[in-house]
Amino acid sequence: MLDVAPQTEVRELTYAEAIREAMAQAMEADPRVFTFGEDIGTYGGAFGVTGDLIHRFGAERVIDTPISELGMAGVAVGAALTGMRPVLEFQFSDFSLLASEQIINQAAKIRFMFGGKASVPLVIRMPGGSGTGAAAQHSQSLEAIFAHIPGLIVLQPSTPHDAKGLLLSALDNPNPVLIFEHKLLYKVKGPVPAQAYRVPIGQAAIRREGGDVSIITTGIMAVRATAAAERLAAEGIDAEVIDLRTIRPMDVPAIVKSVKKTSRALIVYESVKTLGVGAEISAAIAESEAFDYLDAPIARLGGKEVPLPYNPVLEKASVPQEDDIFNAARALVREGHI
Amino acid sequence: MAKASLAAIPNQRPELAQLSDDQLKDAFYRMSLIRRFEEEAEQCYMKGLIHGTMHLSIGQEASAVGTCMALTPSDYITSTHRGHGHCIGKGADPKFMLAEFFGKRTGYCRGRGGSMHIADIEAGNLGANGIVGGGLPIAAGAALSIKMRKADEVVICFFGDGASNEGAFHEALNMASIWKLPVVFVCENNQYGMSMAFSRASSVANVADRAVAYSMPGVIVDGNDLPGVHSVMAQAVARARAGEGPSLVECKTYRTRGHSRSDRNLYRTKEEIEEWKARCPIERLKAELTATGRIGADVLDAITARVNDEIAAAVVFAQESEAPDPSQLAEDVYA
Amino acid sequence: MATQVILPKVDMAMEEGTIHAWKVAEGASVKAGDLLFEIETDKANMEIEAPAAGVLGKILVKEGVVTPVGAVVAYILAPGEKMPEAAAPIAKPVEILAAASPAPMATPIATSEQNTKLRATPLARSLARQSGVDLASIHGSGPRGRIVAQDVRKSQAVPAAPVAVPTSAYETIPHDNMRRTIARRLVEAKQTVPHFYLTADCDIGALLALREQINQGAKDFKLSVNDFVVKALGLALRDVPDANVSWTQDAMLRHATVDVAVAVAMPGGLMTPVLRDVPARGMADLSNAIRDLAARARARKLKPEEYQGGSSAVSNLGMYGVREFAAIINPPHATILAVGAGEERAVSRNGQILSAQMMSVTLSADHRAVDGALAAELLRAFRNYIERPLTMLV
Repeated sequence: MLDVAPQTEVRELTYAEAIREAMAQAMEADPRVFTFGEDIGTYGGAFGVTGDLIHRFGAERVIDTPISELGMAGVAVGAALTGMRPVLEFQFSDFSLLASEQIINQAAKIRFMFGGKASVPLVIRMPGGSGTGAAAQHSQSLEAIFAHIPGLIVLQPSTPHDAKGLLLSALDNPNPVLIFEHKLLYKVKGPVPAQAYRVPIGQAAIRREGGDVSIITTGIMAVRATAAAERLAAEGIDAEVIDLRTIRPMDVPAIVKSVKKTSRALIVYESVKTLGVGAEISAAIAESEAFDYLDAPIARLGGKEVPLPYNPVLEKASVPQEDDIFNAARALVREGHI
Repeated sequence: MAKASLAAIPNQRPELAQLSDDQLKDAFYRMSLIRRFEEEAEQCYMKGLIHGTMHLSIGQEASAVGTCMALTPSDYITSTHRGHGHCIGKGADPKFMLAEFFGKRTGYCRGRGGSMHIADIEAGNLGANGIVGGGLPIAAGAALSIKMRKADEVVICFFGDGASNEGAFHEALNMASIWKLPVVFVCENNQYGMSMAFSRASSVANVADRAVAYSMPGVIVDGNDLPGVHSVMAQAVARARAGEGPSLVECKTYRTRGHSRSDRNLYRTKEEIEEWKARCPIERLKAELTATGRIGADVLDAITARVNDEIAAAVVFAQESEAPDPSQLAEDVYA
Repeated sequence: MATQVILPKVDMAMEEGTIHAWKVAEGASVKAGDLLFEIETDKANMEIEAPAAGVLGKILVKEGVVTPVGAVVAYILAPGEKMPEAAAPIAKPVEILAAASPAPMATPIATSEQNTKLRATPLARSLARQSGVDLASIHGSGPRGRIVAQDVRKSQAVPAAPVAVPTSAYETIPHDNMRRTIARRLVEAKQTVPHFYLTADCDIGALLALREQINQGAKDFKLSVNDFVVKALGLALRDVPDANVSWTQDAMLRHATVDVAVAVAMPGGLMTPVLRDVPARGMADLSNAIRDLAARARARKLKPEEYQGGSSAVSNLGMYGVREFAAIINPPHATILAVGAGEERAVSRNGQILSAQMMSVTLSADHRAVDGALAAELLRAFRNYIERPLTMLV
């Protein structure tokens, strides 16, 4: 399919609007595409993402479901196996754990178990992340759990542009794709081309070029790191910000290329620091030719080792903020460690 | 032979009378094929030719074949870990199944799935499942797909008594009911979830009793009675195909072998096993067919001989097939 | 029982040394305390005595081999005793001086064992590898002394010219310890010490006259102009005690005595023996001491305490006709005085052009320790002594 045509109109849309536009364009173009989830119909989705889709495409293609995450995920698997293109919305990504049986044991493995004779082209969209005071069971960043599973594709868009382009790519993809959206990004605006376009899966974006330190980020941390990088520039530190966009398959070549250029790597992600995405990025650097270019130990900023708390001050302290990224990057460049 | 003349045969049950000679011969052939296949697989396992494990459905052939007889080739099934019967019932070729047991490239899953994950998508078999209850929501999804595509298809969802206590069972039946999906949930109640007796594990006496909670018909049938199973399934499938929604059918049956190859049958008596062996669905069908004069013993024996030859050839095919190469390991993880 | 002879640590920062010469042959008898071998350390040659009496067994470390401190270099055996089983030649230190083959790259791999203990980033290591720099010779500026890429790049003050120019012949002269030490310390000094320079012209007419007067008929000494320069600098440092200091990270060290080093050129390098308590010493004593230290420096016979410390130094290139130059401070010194040639120059005095014996000196100062005005005060005091030399003798 086409990437962005140069003459296309570009508007400012919110992240949520961009997702809705992608859904609408996909449903217009392909009768196999439908979406289902809790309160996505008349209510318009807990975060308003599906909005008026039910009025445009009817209740047959924008389906309200009972609160049955495991069942819904299985329905997505069965529909995908038999020729449909289901897009399942979980109200919070935390609820995906109820459906992990179908996602991990079924969707991820069916193609392999069946010797390549079946595909499960489903998409699951779900909001993750902290910052809304929703506390421990509604604020997690669980992408690493699913990214650990061969057979799944895991996306984490950070801009309205990518939210739309990655969703359309996910719908083209013959594999199960999980999209971790971020609650705090839904109302963030950004330029979005009007026509349908694809953001390639597995390709990182360079949000800012720089030569002193590579800040490798996922999800909303790309936004915070880009802001921190502008402040670093005022201090004479030229940071490069990499937004992975796809967690699995990871764009390791982009990471390696950047670290070879800057000789310093700061990895920033919202999910819990240990045994997660950051460890994988760090290992990928250490295992690559970029190792010989490191002029400081690889540094990580991740979520603290706690369930997410309710109190807003505690909540903010639980995940990397812009100041944390700024301070860590500066220390890494100036002092050789964070 | 015309159907009208068959019905004229005296002492014939309506369930039997519904079926043509060809259907009956085919049913006998498939039940025998399942039995012979599993016996041979068991032999190969004991000889050390097959590794891993397998779950035999010996004694349950009538529910598998009787159900699948009610389907067209474009209909779907979802199967279970005890799925050899479903697979053959839906038309699978035993030689590709056995090749899969041997882990060969010619197997249905190219050696990646083994006994517990056999699928035959082309024949409408959406796959056996290693997770108890795993297939229930998938069947609902396939049925939703059928409904959205406005296709003339139905889904049969096989599951066991153990799965009826999984959340997935309840979620799937509920969704199938509220959306009136073209799916028939077929519980093969073989009395035990591994060692746990259904009577100890379940709040209800029959799985079919739970249908009322989901506003769908719940029917109990003797799972060792091929014509009986077929008759009930034909009605449930017709209902689903007509857009009237799902049904729950419970086939009361019994596995005469253990849960898996490592089962020492400590949780049930020899007497109980022998009692159920005496209710062998294949012998029962044969007896009824010969007693009613529908099909002669010589015809059935010829079918048995053909089955023996077919399975013998399948073993040779499986043994001689090429093994997969480790260099191909990562293939098919992603499309 | 066989007695181990080890390469001893004879200098504070010493991690390795080279046996310059064995004084006893294999199989010869020794008494405890006999001179056994000489070590060439970073700065000096040290004489090492036999730790026990007996027969010198097999010499395990030959002359010219860089060897880690503590390594067994030989055994002293009781009469009739055999070499211990384990007396295999110790973990082969790479031979530098004895290297016969023309190594294409003068990379001293000698310290590879120690490099594994060095803290250095992967990039610093790969840069060092590529450019043939010995990481051990580099000061690490990173956390916990980690050598980072910038440290390696800085150490290559001269861009690493291609070692082998294919068209012209060249000779590979391996670095000895002194060369390495000079290189390391001067790079460190020039990179970390913020130098500034003050130059003054001194009229040495009176000094030359006084010197001639004193030397006339003297038998036990012969004063040089340089002796007066050292004396004058010492007195000036006494008079301006704030300049008699050393910079350290934690605090300024103001020295209780005035110790002045003198740069001594020698084949393959230079050394800076230190004259202690210069203001208190008589000229003859001072002059003889300088002569003695210089001679022993050239013979590499200085003891560590004879070349360590001090707060300033004199470097004199006047004998080569150099008019003026600026010297690199040798930490922990805070200053160094570069002395040019004494020569007849036309000077203007009270509107008249006169001929005078002049000498230009340039004081290099460590701005961390000595500010501009303070250095100028020191230089003025020095000049006062040099131009009115009798004040030095009172």
